[in-house]
Amino acid sequence: MSDDTRDTQHKRPGGLFSFLSKSRATKPGEIYGVPGQGETLWLSLGSIAVLLFVWWLVTAMGWVKPLFVPSPGAIVQKFVDVWQNGFTNTAFHQHIWVSTARVFGAFVLACAVGIPLGIAMGMSPAIRGIFDPPIEFYRPIPPLAYLPLMIIWFGIGETSKVLLIFLSVFAPVALGARAGVRSAAIEQIHAAYSFGASRWQVMLHVILPAALPEILTAMRIGIGFGWTTLVAAEMVAATEGLGYMVLSASQFLQTSTVIMGIIVIAAIAYTFDLLMRWVERRVVPWKGRM
Amino acid sequence: MGLKIDDASVVYPAADGRPPVAALQGIDLSIENDDFVVALGASGCGKSTLLNLVAGFLSPTSGQILLDGRPVQGPGADRSVVFQKHALLPWLNVMDNVAFGLKLQGVAGKARYEIAGKFITLLGLDGFQQSPVYKLSGGMQQRVGIARALTCDPKVLLMDEPLGALDALTREKAQELILNIWNETHKSVFFITHSVEEALFMGTKLIVMSPRPGRIAHRFDLPFSRRFLAGESARHVKASPEFIQLREEVLEIIFADEEAVE
Repeated sequence: MSDDTRDTQHKRPGGLFSFLSKSRATKPGEIYGVPGQGETLWLSLGSIAVLLFVWWLVTAMGWVKPLFVPSPGAIVQKFVDVWQNGFTNTAFHQHIWVSTARVFGAFVLACAVGIPLGIAMGMSPAIRGIFDPPIEFYRPIPPLAYLPLMIIWFGIGETSKVLLIFLSVFAPVALGARAGVRSAAIEQIHAAYSFGASRWQVMLHVILPAALPEILTAMRIGIGFGWTTLVAAEMVAATEGLGYMVLSASQFLQTSTVIMGIIVIAAIAYTFDLLMRWVERRVVPWKGRM
Repeated sequence: MGLKIDDASVVYPAADGRPPVAALQGIDLSIENDDFVVALGASGCGKSTLLNLVAGFLSPTSGQILLDGRPVQGPGADRSVVFQKHALLPWLNVMDNVAFGLKLQGVAGKARYEIAGKFITLLGLDGFQQSPVYKLSGGMQQRVGIARALTCDPKVLLMDEPLGALDALTREKAQELILNIWNETHKSVFFITHSVEEALFMGTKLIVMSPRPGRIAHRFDLPFSRRFLAGESARHVKASPEFIQLREEVLEIIFADEEAVE
């Protein structure tokens, strides 16, 4: 048997549906039977390339009108155009800045209030009893449903916009922090108490650090909700912001601006998520390892 | 003086339609200074409940626990606990884990690390001060746990199956290490295990516990750890005819107890 044939025989079965068949023995260095094991980078890059290609193909061949799907080139052109000339007499960076400030402002506020409250809810049955019903009541309601109320109560200024985003970030962050309180093993807590620790010390030195991985995950989920709510927040009485840009462009059927805005929002959100993952690796390298 | 358990009982209240469970009944036990008391028994016989009583995590339904004549009201630094696992703090390195108890007691940084460093050396962890604990082997993690428990100079060291999660070879080494530490520090130790050989080898006193209700069924005085500390090799002690004879005797008792209950 030549080296080549032996090599192909030992190769892991690839393909989309390989997970349905029985696994072959693994190569040294891999662990048998770990679900979803393997590299994904090249497949992901390939997937993006194929999507872009299909997009380009359907527009270049004229199968779909530019009004419905503009070509990738048109999007880039629009980006350069808006970058240089702004949108509705406002500079592009101003739109980005306003939206980012709204989302991150609301995010910081939601973390500042939600994390301590969530931890308090995890630690104290009294606080949990008081705050659980209101949070669980408003959490599943779509922000669009209570947007009118926000505007009636808090006016058409920044307050109602930031508050709307705040509410959508607040619930997942608070609930994540609350669940994180349970992460500390009872042995870790007992060990601290048996050194004569006070309840406050146990919270500060054991429960809080143990909850960090869940809190960071909750923050990642929360900021995602924040970006989702941005467009709703900028629906009424906004003259700046990426959400406003997308909405008003759609009213004038400027499809390329809509898609460009969506991509910019996604890019900012993804960059921040990468940053959070980096923070996670630095702050909680022990996550899931003990 | 020392630790005295005086007719302690623990009854878990009825729940989910089941009758109340007597986890411990009429426990009398005293642990003098320098004693190494080993509790042995099948799971469910109340060993851990007894340890939780002494540690102060659980209060007895009746009876009392006295440490140097004062009743135990809750957990305290005079009774350090070494757990089987999951008790180290993965966000701290070895040094800070060992110094954790001292930090909680407000000992300043420099003094804290000085004391911790002493116990790190004693447990043979030199060179690993800055290592993250989650990268250590199970045996080394357990040594960190023991070092941490010793830093606060407890009167009694409570060990809840500290070697239960270790492999057999590491376990034998750890047994010898603990005996040597005990010999050097002169702490009273209360040690839980379900390995008969470990119990006989380590203890100066052995209590064999029986389930339903959890109680002390038999007591033995043991000579073997002193023989090891006097210089005899561990395997030699464990292979001696007296050791084997007592081991079989204790095993018989335990199996007979289990059959009587079933």
